[in-house]
Amino acid sequence: MTPSSIRRVAVNVLTPVVFGVLLVAAWQSFVNWRDIKPYILPTPSSIWSESVRSINLLRAASFVTGRNALAGLLLGIVVGCGLAMIANRFRFVSELVTPLAAAISAVPIVVIVSILNNMFPLGSQVARRLMVMIIVFFVVFVNVARGLRQSDATQVELMRSYAASPQQVMRKVRLPNALPYLFTAIKIAAPISVTTAFVSEYFGGTQDGLGQKIPAAMSNSKFPLGWAYVGAACVLGLVFFAVANILEFVAVPWQRKRISR
Amino acid sequence: MTAASVEAVSVGKVFNVGTRKQVDALVDVSLTIQPGEFVSLIGPSGCGKSTLLRVFADLLEPTSGTLSINGKSPRQARLDQDYGMAFQQAGLFDWRNVSKNIELPLEIRGWDAAKRRARSQEMLELVKLSDFAAHMPWQLSGGMQQRVAIARALAAHPPLLLMDEPFGALDEMTREHMQAELLGICAATSTTVVFVTHSIPEAVYLSDRVVVMSPRPGRITTIIDVGLGTGRNDDTREASEFYGKITEVREALRGAEFGVGARGIEDR
Repeated sequence: MTPSSIRRVAVNVLTPVVFGVLLVAAWQSFVNWRDIKPYILPTPSSIWSESVRSINLLRAASFVTGRNALAGLLLGIVVGCGLAMIANRFRFVSELVTPLAAAISAVPIVVIVSILNNMFPLGSQVARRLMVMIIVFFVVFVNVARGLRQSDATQVELMRSYAASPQQVMRKVRLPNALPYLFTAIKIAAPISVTTAFVSEYFGGTQDGLGQKIPAAMSNSKFPLGWAYVGAACVLGLVFFAVANILEFVAVPWQRKRISR
Repeated sequence: MTAASVEAVSVGKVFNVGTRKQVDALVDVSLTIQPGEFVSLIGPSGCGKSTLLRVFADLLEPTSGTLSINGKSPRQARLDQDYGMAFQQAGLFDWRNVSKNIELPLEIRGWDAAKRRARSQEMLELVKLSDFAAHMPWQLSGGMQQRVAIARALAAHPPLLLMDEPFGALDEMTREHMQAELLGICAATSTTVVFVTHSIPEAVYLSDRVVVMSPRPGRITTIIDVGLGTGRNDDTREASEFYGKITEVREALRGAEFGVGARGIEDR
């Protein structure tokens, strides 16, 4: 490694690590120094030891929330992409779907989840997953529709000069051109899918998932456990975000180049 | 007798017909280009030179006049891939490597993979990029990207090449190098070229004939025979003959731009 790349790694990796360690240390010593009660703010060390002890509980709840988020995310991506492609082909579909999608996404999650919960039997995760799907669908639809529209003019003209069919233009120009937009949408939607799953769980349904476990732990005065669940929610969101970024890195390498230029 | 590569008789193009934004982009354009000729279209912005090129390519339909490309209707010529196109933006597909970019027009024509592969290798040799077949477009310099675009335009061995300021975004050194290469390629493949440009030296260096156009409405004012011969090289750029032709084109352009000269007289 050259000295400049060592410096870059130091700045990119060490800075946030040092900052994080200092923050946790400050938190720990502040709680100890002022003798703050756990129901207001537990120490990081107590949250950590609770996390280690209850790792199975954390894992179970995270898996429920993670599966809800993932199912909704995938469904939202499929529906969003499909409708964006149809809307690109038929203008009236775009004019029908766009305001409808905007209207649905403007309704608070609380309201939709309550309605959906009534539609499905007790113990079902379907309502939560549908909720995630609705939120994700909107983000994906808007971005992919734009990506399909904003194809490179030169490339479209070239395809026309080759006497290419509309299907060939879609497959060979519009879809690959929309890929960076799709992955931008997935990067935005992935962490949102976790928070949406979380909030949907909070507002009813079965007694599982992080969204149920955090308030349950808090109301049972298990404050470090509640905070440990919060930590698990953070980790889950980060995992989704990281995977989305890695996917983009692998799937659209030319986008990397464009950004670094 | 073989048909002319381009035969335009009184071609006109009006945009936004019947609206308040109606624009006469081309008026009464008559031009015949013989096979193997290199013809440049030059003129100030808005003179309709790019529009004319797109009319030749059947990307735009003329509103009046008759036009044939290789003795066929422009539409038939497009369906038969009788011409290749190159633009100022190389317009390479970022998700395809260099070789796959060149194969694209052949793919659309339904060639099988082995034939496509062989042709793309042949084209890469022609533009001297054989070592870069597996590179991605964004790994190449601007000049190299433009060479790939030319290779792609010529991949189906079209008899006609339509180019819209293909070297406009390149630096002067690369540009002169590319001009020499283009002449070599055209000589080797005996391709007819219609070349839109802003640059007078470029038009004079490359062309057998330079078509000077004027704006509002877009029309041909003068056609200048250049005829610097087939042995053009870097010395040509310093010959007095070259400068003489540059002056001739410049004066024709000045007349076209300020409405004096040929068009001014005609109007009164």
